[in-house]
Amino acid sequence: MSRLVAWAIFLLGCLYFLLPLLGMGEFSLRMRRGEYSLDAYRVVFADPRFWETFGYSLGLAAATIVMGVVLVVPTAYWVRLKLPQARPFVEFVTLLPLVIPAIVVVFGYIRLYNTSSFLPLTGSALGTDILLTMGYTTLALPYMYRSVDTGLRTIDVTTLTEAAQSLGAGWFTILARIILPNVMVAVLSGAFLTLAIVMGEFTMAALLNRPAFGPYMQLLGANRAYEPPALAVIAFAITWGCMGLMQLVTRFSKHERAKA
Amino acid sequence: MPTAPKGPRLRLPAGLPVAWLGLLPFAAFAVLFLILPTMKIVLGAFQAPDGSFTFQNLLDLNTDSIRSAYWTSIKLSFMTALLGCAIGFGMAAAVVFGGLPKAIRGPLLTFSGVASNFAGVPLAFAFIATLGPVGLITLWLRNEFGINLRALGFNLLSYWGLVITYLFFQIPLMILIITPALDGLKKEWREAAAVLGATGAQYWRMVALPILFPSLLGTFALLFANAFGAVATAFALTGPQLNIVPIKLFAQIRGDVLGNPNLGYALAFGMIVITALANFLYIWLRLRSERWMK
Repeated sequence: MSRLVAWAIFLLGCLYFLLPLLGMGEFSLRMRRGEYSLDAYRVVFADPRFWETFGYSLGLAAATIVMGVVLVVPTAYWVRLKLPQARPFVEFVTLLPLVIPAIVVVFGYIRLYNTSSFLPLTGSALGTDILLTMGYTTLALPYMYRSVDTGLRTIDVTTLTEAAQSLGAGWFTILARIILPNVMVAVLSGAFLTLAIVMGEFTMAALLNRPAFGPYMQLLGANRAYEPPALAVIAFAITWGCMGLMQLVTRFSKHERAKA
Repeated sequence: MPTAPKGPRLRLPAGLPVAWLGLLPFAAFAVLFLILPTMKIVLGAFQAPDGSFTFQNLLDLNTDSIRSAYWTSIKLSFMTALLGCAIGFGMAAAVVFGGLPKAIRGPLLTFSGVASNFAGVPLAFAFIATLGPVGLITLWLRNEFGINLRALGFNLLSYWGLVITYLFFQIPLMILIITPALDGLKKEWREAAAVLGATGAQYWRMVALPILFPSLLGTFALLFANAFGAVATAFALTGPQLNIVPIKLFAQIRGDVLGNPNLGYALAFGMIVITALANFLYIWLRLRSERWMK
């Protein structure tokens, strides 16, 4: 491929990606007539609903990360240590959320856990929050599992376990104080991706009727002109921040390993 | 699996059943929050309102409105996957082989990671602010060049508007997946082809593309499923009126617009069938392509 063609393709691609970002940035500054101002951001930040939904989604993201870690780290560890033959099965399950669309999963939740079922989770706000957390955990599962499993590959699980056991450690101690710190980088990188997914998620929260950030953005988008692009800028900054932190922890870990 | 009572006695010394207990929490989670909900939908698609077995729900999908929703969804997913693959491949190839500075590569991959996750509601806002009725490009073209996009028939809230918007997360996904595959093309292959007298075009046509073909087709299938299941972007862009399957299902779950709950199950079942086919194609092709990428 000639260098000129390569540059042309690359720059055209960049233009396609930069223009919408420029567009939302410019539009979000247009609220005051005739001049650029940060009014749209001021309005957004002054809206109590913004902080409520933002905080709610942040809380859910934290719960999802905790749930994901508690679920994935012991399972991936156990599969590596004792059950390598179960790997295809576990990997298949962790890939399922990519196969089954989120809207179908949440449809199943609504029908399966309604008030007249064996586990009436949608009957109360707390129950629905738990259900939503579980839904988000399934969305994050493919990324969390892959990340932690890759992290476990770099450490000698068997030797660490045997060493801890001969010093009298129980399973909980081994997991919490030996394995988890050793795969912390992988866990953090999965956690930041989970945060990015949860903060912008719309479908599950909207269908379960919970006041999350995604449905709030959609609602504002249907009713306002200048606030939505301001929200888009904020959401983009969050995604960018999450990915940046992911890169940062990964780079940090490479540095550590190189020194060791 | 034999379930005779002597089974456990035979297996216990090997420690097998005890070790499998360690997977219990994960299995319980998967069953409760992935498998049972999906089973509920699948079974519901084959049930009449009184609970008896029937194919009627699937047959009832064959109405004009639902057929056209599936058709639009398939066209949309196909087109965005095709363009996403082509453009993503072009950009990845430009960076890997095109002699662009090495410093571009890292930022491009990082940006791709961000952009492939920047989907949903905010993405729709970004495109409305750019190509919407008073968006940046719309106004710029009108004021500087007197080009009225609307008069030319372009509307962001249409099929092509959705295609352009979906590409924002489809292209980066392609770049993320195909760059490692392009890195896997060994220099020796190109040199061997050149020694045997192949031109650059012949090398691509007869060596590189056949090797890359499973990854390309596999990524195409993944992008297809990715677009097919997407709800939020389309919903925030056009509201509930656009006739594609995920939006239709969304409206059905909220308010039973089809007037038949079991028809909703059938609609969702159709989605699972299509994304599952696309994904299994992806996984199967990826296993094939990995043979070359050692």
